Amino acid sequence: MRNITLSQAVNEALAEEMRRDESVFIIGEDVAEAGTPFKVLSGLVEEFGTSRVVDTPISEPGFMGIAVGAAITGTRPVVDLMFGDFIFLVMDQLCNQAAKTHYMSGGKLNVPLVLRTNLGATRRSAAQHSQSLHALVAHIPGVKVALPSSAYEAKGLLKTAIRDNNPVVIFEDKLMYNEKALVPDDEFLIPFGEANIKRKGRDITLIGTSSMVQVCEAAAEILAEDGIDAEVIDPRTIVPLDEETLLKSAKKTSRVIVVDEGHQSYGVTAEIASRINEKAFYYLDAPVLRMGAMDVPVPFSPALEDFTVPTPLGVTQSARRLMSGEMIHAA
Amino acid sequence: MSPIKKSSNAKDYLRMYTQMVRIRTFEDNANQLYLAAKMPGLTHMYSGEEAVAVGICEALRTTDKITSTHRGHGHCVAKGAEFKEMFCELLGKEEGYCRGKGGSMHIADQSNGNLGANAIVGGSMGIATGSALTSKFLGKDDVTVCFFGDGATAQGLMYEVMNMASLWSLPVIYACENNGYSEYTRTDEIAAGSILARAEAFGIEAHQVDGQDVLAVNALTEKLVERSRKGEGPFFMELMTYRYHGHHVGDINREYYRSKKEERDWKENRDPIIKFRGWLVNEGIATEDEIDGLNAEVKSDASAAVEYALNAKFPDVSEVDMHVFTDVEHALA
Repeated sequence: MRNITLSQAVNEALAEEMRRDESVFIIGEDVAEAGTPFKVLSGLVEEFGTSRVVDTPISEPGFMGIAVGAAITGTRPVVDLMFGDFIFLVMDQLCNQAAKTHYMSGGKLNVPLVLRTNLGATRRSAAQHSQSLHALVAHIPGVKVALPSSAYEAKGLLKTAIRDNNPVVIFEDKLMYNEKALVPDDEFLIPFGEANIKRKGRDITLIGTSSMVQVCEAAAEILAEDGIDAEVIDPRTIVPLDEETLLKSAKKTSRVIVVDEGHQSYGVTAEIASRINEKAFYYLDAPVLRMGAMDVPVPFSPALEDFTVPTPLGVTQSARRLMSGEMIHAA
Repeated sequence: MSPIKKSSNAKDYLRMYTQMVRIRTFEDNANQLYLAAKMPGLTHMYSGEEAVAVGICEALRTTDKITSTHRGHGHCVAKGAEFKEMFCELLGKEEGYCRGKGGSMHIADQSNGNLGANAIVGGSMGIATGSALTSKFLGKDDVTVCFFGDGATAQGLMYEVMNMASLWSLPVIYACENNGYSEYTRTDEIAAGSILARAEAFGIEAHQVDGQDVLAVNALTEKLVERSRKGEGPFFMELMTYRYHGHHVGDINREYYRSKKEERDWKENRDPIIKFRGWLVNEGIATEDEIDGLNAEVKSDASAAVEYALNAKFPDVSEVDMHVFTDVEHALA
């Protein structure tokens, strides 16, 4: 095992897949010599050249559309979308074209495309560079959505995504690029639709996505001091979703909090909570609680911004309320 | 018509003629299916524009790609599709090109290089350009033709991808079918300046051609395709043409945007099939009788295909969640 950053993990996954399969190429803004503003792709253009690490103009719908066409005709593009917020710019190409092509063609055309982008607030980047918009994509049938929670997941999920014959969108938390985790020396892949039980527990289930896994783990540590034994689960992909593992845990602990950095309303937390309510209702001792980002545009001021996202303390407080049997009528 | 080529090309000319008649006949039948309430939904007729699709596709190989539009039956036929699978698709039947999942606006026939019609106006411009990128990336000499209407020139995507196609010298030909109307609005009310100049601004060589003259369209396309194969692309063509029907089959009362006199003039004096037929007879390539025979054969093929499609099976309801993902048989199982 090696301790490497999430950024290095992504870089390694791309390099390995590009060495393995010559039809894989990267396309996006400032991906070549610049290696992206986050320097995630540094060194790749030196190894693979500009025909496989393709710098584009600032034309998100354009290069997304080009990637869709390239994917349909026999290549495996990995699109780099500099900020997750720019996904609104590529929605037609992603949701009307890539997501529907296989279905609309009756299974004749495939779109083996990966869109790598990011999510995450608290970087003081304000409302147009801080959003977590994965729920918007997950809403559209025909696209898979992966949310790596550490360098290990970032590498294993990206390699799986590149080999998948469907459009896959991966949201990396931009605040985690420099965070390290243990990653195997040998090649490995993480299958989609397999949740990871990060911490076993009996009293309450904390389901977290992306960096909210760490928030849940930190909350679990605090709760342990109170004698509350929390289970922490990382779904790793929300499409497909490993419902079975989530339900099993909910039935075991009887209390669940779902934590995700997307806006709370109509979001990932709502979807997962709803499925647990539908399928594990009689096992529950408390309402399934949603904890998403506040339903406000992400503010710039640190005094405001930090207030909008779930924190270990917030999760801990909610868990205690659930454990104490306190009825919760509004979060 | 354009200057005559060698009469040894008689076979090619007759195929071009037949393909144009096949498109017109397909559309006449599709319109009848709509009027008789036998077809679900609406469709957009290509009648009047046949010389564009045929002139272009006759210059392409099967391995060359096209992207098509909501007004796409003509492109589909011209690129080699069969009536039977097309009518089945229009009627939502299992044997349709897309197993009834796409319908008129999404027919794709990848075996003939048709990457699919697209119901978002201008939506396939990225796909066509990406297909051309694949050719270059994989070292193939395939050319991609991107069909779109004058209405699509108002979409921003077009300018983004033309910029990249030009920067990267991609083998793509942007074929703008200017039929004078952007849905229910005259094109001169939606397009400022010159459409050709927009392509030229990106350093793309652009040509305007009479889209009712199949030989002129074909001659220009052959040249541009050859040059594209050699890496001299991209290119842009503006094909001046006319749609005989309304925006879609239900757009019947359209005098508020287009006069009957204007429609009559195009149909009587500039019809691509009548013009080409006259030329074939004048040049001694076919007699009137031979042409009537061809027409009758196409008509009977179409009737048989319509009959087949009307009686064909609908897909089983269990197919509804198939083909959502390539690796999951039933997405909702």
